[in-house]
Amino acid sequence: MAGTAVLGRLSWRVATVTTVVDETPRVRTITLDVPDWPGHVAGQHVDVRLTGEDGYRAERAYSLASAPGEPPMITVERLEDGEVSPYLTRELRLGDAFEVRGPIGGYFVWRPDDGGPLFLAAGGSGVAPMRAILRERRNSMSEVRARLLYSSRTLEDVIYRAELHDEDVVHTLTRAQPPGWTGYARRVDAALLREVAWPAEDGPLAFVCGPTSFVESVAAGLVELGYAPRRIKTERFGGMGER
Amino acid sequence: MNIISRGFHSRRRNADDDSARVPPGQSVTHDFPVLSAGATPHTPLEQWTFSIENGGVMRTWTWKEFRALPSEPVTADIHCVTRWSKLDTIWEGVSVDTLLDEIDHDAGFVLAFCDGGYTTNLPLEDVTGGKAWVVYNYDGEPLDPEHGGPARLLVPHLYLWKSAKWVRGLRLLDEDEPGFWETYGYHMYGDPWREQRYSGD
Repeated sequence: MAGTAVLGRLSWRVATVTTVVDETPRVRTITLDVPDWPGHVAGQHVDVRLTGEDGYRAERAYSLASAPGEPPMITVERLEDGEVSPYLTRELRLGDAFEVRGPIGGYFVWRPDDGGPLFLAAGGSGVAPMRAILRERRNSMSEVRARLLYSSRTLEDVIYRAELHDEDVVHTLTRAQPPGWTGYARRVDAALLREVAWPAEDGPLAFVCGPTSFVESVAAGLVELGYAPRRIKTERFGGMGER
Repeated sequence: MNIISRGFHSRRRNADDDSARVPPGQSVTHDFPVLSAGATPHTPLEQWTFSIENGGVMRTWTWKEFRALPSEPVTADIHCVTRWSKLDTIWEGVSVDTLLDEIDHDAGFVLAFCDGGYTTNLPLEDVTGGKAWVVYNYDGEPLDPEHGGPARLLVPHLYLWKSAKWVRGLRLLDEDEPGFWETYGYHMYGDPWREQRYSGD
């Protein structure tokens, strides 16, 4: 796979908020207008930098939730004790601006030529880069099979709910289920993966993104099913838990 | 460029964060977050070896031989490029100086290689002189696989991706060559105090 090495200095650019969509009570998708945005590959991320009136600065990384060719979008989950995510999900208004640099990352990426079949596994807001991949697959009219296994706490926590209706998605709700729920209702385990993941003989390409415990159990489970370790790409929530 | 976010201010309550020990753009965490590019490898100790590759010559230790080498305790602050720092982490392992002791070479760089195919590059002077270890204990316990066990490199003065998990050896090189993340645009050197996160920083 060809890397998309970041060449030369990555410069900070001004991003203006053009749309905000509250996906769930805690999660918001923000569309940005970034002049001279160089374009991105599904799976890449951006660094966001906020500067306060007193000059205080904070930077965080967020996966891009839009497909190549679309304006950059980020999906932010609010962590109440965080610093950046409460601002982005509560205070931020249309027309506000902050700085971004990117796109960044050349490993956890998918291009139509990379093929598949794609097995995507997301925990919580780890679904953001999967949305970019699924949109890219659709926009490019790729014929690669793609299935998303998506673990959420409750139905209300499911991000991109309407959009995902049109995709091959298997949900599991780990904390609470609505009456009549017939889907999975537990954390992802080996038995669940065995039922849901493409068979290893198909040579699948897997992307796994979410909290560490989720990523560890899914990646280990896929290796156990016979997936080639080199075809399992993982991305874990960063140290501060913020995306 | 000065883009001010109305109403954005520091919510840091953590006094550690202002310490002179925390590089720019980092925040102190008390957890031990996990970041890696793929599935966690599990190499059985009886199959594990550590090698120094010097031209065509390999010096290899089995796990048993490796554990018989003189070890030392290390207390260090560690800094991950994803912006967390952890202070006073306690490790135990073998100094890279000890490993290179009996090897005759004039290399300027090393490439650490690992289970799972991960590699990372370092100047030789950054892994010698008491600056780098191959560690197998963390906080008095055997190192967990998800944190790089059975053994990982520890080079605490550089961003933590240089402290390769699941390390299996060092290749001595005359010229610097990019490792895994470096090929994908991360900085060749990775000094947290100069915020060398990406190529060009």
